[in-house]
Amino acid sequence: MNTPTLSRRHFLQGAGALLVGFNFAGGPLALAARTVEPRAAIDKPLGTGQVDAWLAVTDDGRVIVYNGKVELGTGVETALRQIVADALAVHFDTTEIVQGDTALTPDQGYTAGSKTIQQGGARLRAAAATARGLLLAKAADRLDVASSRLVAADGEIRVDGDKSRVLRYADLIDEAGFDAPVDSGAEAPAARRFVGRSVPRVDIPDKVAGRFDYLQDLRLPDMWHARVVRPPTTGTVRTPAVASIDRDSVGKNVEIVQRGAFVAVAAATEWAAMQAADDLSVQWADLKPMPDADTPFAAFDAAAGTGRVSAEAGDVEAALGDGDDVLSAEYDWPFQIHDSIGPSCALADVREDSATIWSATQGVYPLRSALADLLDRDERAVRVIYVEGSGCYGHNGADDVAADAALVSQAIGRPVRLQWSRADEHGWAPKGPAMRMRLRARVQDGRVAAWAFENLTPSHLTRPGGGAGARNVLAGNLVHGTHASDRYVGGDRNAPVDYRFDAYRVSTRWVDVADALLRCSALRTLGAIQNSFANESFIDELAAAAERDPVAFRLDHLDDPRARAVIETVADRAGWQARVSPQRREDSAPTPRTGRGMAFARYENEFAYVAAVAEVEVSDSDGIRVRRVVVAHDCGLIVNPDGLENQIEGNVMQAVGRTLKEAVTWDRTGVTSLDWAAYPILTFPEMPEVEIALIDRPDQPATGAGEPASVPIPAAIANAVFDATGQRLRAVPLRWHGSA
Amino acid sequence: MAQFTLRVNDETREVDVAPETPLLYVLRNELGLTATRYGCGKAQCGACMVVMDGEATPSCVVPVVAAAEQPVLTLEGLADGDRLDPLQQAFIDGQAVQCGFCITGMIMSAHALLERTPRPSRAEIKQALASNLCGCGTHRRIVRAVERAAERLSA
Ligand code: FES
Ligand code: FES
Repeated sequence: MNTPTLSRRHFLQGAGALLVGFNFAGGPLALAARTVEPRAAIDKPLGTGQVDAWLAVTDDGRVIVYNGKVELGTGVETALRQIVADALAVHFDTTEIVQGDTALTPDQGYTAGSKTIQQGGARLRAAAATARGLLLAKAADRLDVASSRLVAADGEIRVDGDKSRVLRYADLIDEAGFDAPVDSGAEAPAARRFVGRSVPRVDIPDKVAGRFDYLQDLRLPDMWHARVVRPPTTGTVRTPAVASIDRDSVGKNVEIVQRGAFVAVAAATEWAAMQAADDLSVQWADLKPMPDADTPFAAFDAAAGTGRVSAEAGDVEAALGDGDDVLSAEYDWPFQIHDSIGPSCALADVREDSATIWSATQGVYPLRSALADLLDRDERAVRVIYVEGSGCYGHNGADDVAADAALVSQAIGRPVRLQWSRADEHGWAPKGPAMRMRLRARVQDGRVAAWAFENLTPSHLTRPGGGAGARNVLAGNLVHGTHASDRYVGGDRNAPVDYRFDAYRVSTRWVDVADALLRCSALRTLGAIQNSFANESFIDELAAAAERDPVAFRLDHLDDPRARAVIETVADRAGWQARVSPQRREDSAPTPRTGRGMAFARYENEFAYVAAVAEVEVSDSDGIRVRRVVVAHDCGLIVNPDGLENQIEGNVMQAVGRTLKEAVTWDRTGVTSLDWAAYPILTFPEMPEVEIALIDRPDQPATGAGEPASVPIPAAIANAVFDATGQRLRAVPLRWHGSA
Repeated sequence: MAQFTLRVNDETREVDVAPETPLLYVLRNELGLTATRYGCGKAQCGACMVVMDGEATPSCVVPVVAAAEQPVLTLEGLADGDRLDPLQQAFIDGQAVQCGFCITGMIMSAHALLERTPRPSRAEIKQALASNLCGCGTHRRIVRAVERAAERLSA
């Protein structure tokens, strides 16, 4: 460590300043150099089983929450503080969070998959509730009364009915801290003061005032700026080699770093580094081109093994039969990128005996393991500190750029800030996988008699960690000529449906990373949005074939009351009129044609229930426009209603863009969609109106809401286009080529 | 390198940089005004929006030599001391932020709009923000915040 370890008491007494990681440097360049120093590392347990790993109470009564889950711009910092405040019986304003720091916070894996409130919240609640129980027991001892007579509130414990006998939490906690294990069954008080309320987000005032420091805004003393220089086969899994570098192509005050096919430049100013990256002349060898094809599916099909069954009942082939009443359809989804508005960035200070890396990673511990391997250091000598960056929506370039920065800092022996360009992020950050879904079914007597689903998908998870070492950061692949290692994750998410069918089979054909063409990893919902696009389009096709109203047809196959409730609620709120799709029209009907479609999904078949109705306009001049989206959402207990609505709105908007606009383009050299002109996302003039019906279930566990509302949107739109025009679009991005 | 005199947020600032350096990097790295952010460098996303001479302008494509002597307003210059601009306050009141990386650009574009059109229609707001991208999908709240600010400003 390049910072001394303080004792806990020293740390907590010194309090304030040490918790603040950011300082202004003195001197004439004060404003220009807003520098960052690591918080002092303290001697504290990090194991998730210890209360002190999670919580500390300072002498002045503040509660410091050490949290391995991080704020990705979704508001979880506020929501987690609400949970702690209630479980510990303190005021929200007295809580603060230290997040994602391998020297300070417990290892909670990744902040991903809408699991922060669901799992992270539950663990924090247990730790805080345990702490409250310990404080009550200590107070009972100290005051010599039965703990049943004590009341904990606002960071104090008093004897019920006796105002004079009060102890502050801070008085009950000494140098030893809580020194006790977390009781995972510890219950938070039933009365909720902050949970369930729309507590305003703590980060918003500074963000709006221009006072918030994103990772991209931080500087280290004496640092240089670095940029990467990538091979011409943009984003491909298989990396080439460097033949030669013309070192005279850049100025003298530029450092050139090369290790294998990893190439970067560094200079004292950012502009000089950017120009050097443009100017550096590199000859590449052993380029491995992409196939000459419009879609990746022929390559996927050739590489994939046989299907792995994830859900099955009855004899589906027998139930399908071989009659001509078997309906079948194929749905395609393209590679997509993470829509991060700020390209990824990292700071690194790699020295002889220590390395500190500031990163917007979703998992400081897994990243640390990758960096230690890449730098050839002991893990304990590497510290990764989370700093919030631009919204990431999954595994964007954050981990990769941290590895890039670390390599450059190690090579040039000084602190480095490495900023990816827009083209680096569009081209080289992991992609959300392209997928193909094939469905077959037979409808008999108005019900689905057989349903067969099979998809073709790369893994949706090549994050660092899991023993992959440097393989799962891009720099590792470039240095060593490897490609990421993966487990088969995500491609089967929401492949099964929640409808009751007598005979069904759901299977997945997995494509190995080496055959996935472009490097893929987690993008919001993993495979759920693709699979649900197919499933919820296909059930609509079946409803049409059965000449049934799409809402009624779904309800006929559902018995879970919460599933039924979101569908009935959304239909009600949207003013759904029961009828068969497509609507009948005179050929002379004016354009644009309008239509409505619905879709439903339960996230991961296990968590939040979401139903959506989309209303579209279709015309030959403007294509498809989504006018309005209505969502009904049940994620159990609602921690923060306004924060939840913010997440739902965001999911809807992003999913509309993903459905209508977003697709990575590529040719034999790799990705060609390297800016926002070539890879457009939803813009303000295209945004739909959004209406949300929240269903609160205070008696049910809080499940995550960062992703589920994306899942039904694409099919709702495709179904609405079908309703408006009678044409079924089965390839995303949905494009109108017909005649409306 | 060359000397330039900039008028930023009503202050005169001298900088010594290469003349072709985009204003964005001068603001961020020389003047410490980091609320103006890099998003694309191609005038495609709006993350770097400043107001120059009344117009919302992407600072990533303005060379510092072209910005010299012109009044430049950045997000840091909007508040009056500790008193936030009504537009900023409306973004807080409407919780119109997710990650917030785009928000500087949104506020600067909206500021330029309200200066020339104090009571814009919803369609005019969407049009004024047409070249500002938000990856988080905060669009609806952003439009509402601008509407709210317009109401307050002209009340
Ligand atoms: S960074 Fe200037 S418009 Fe994107
Ligand atoms: S709030 Fe994240 S990009 Fe707009």
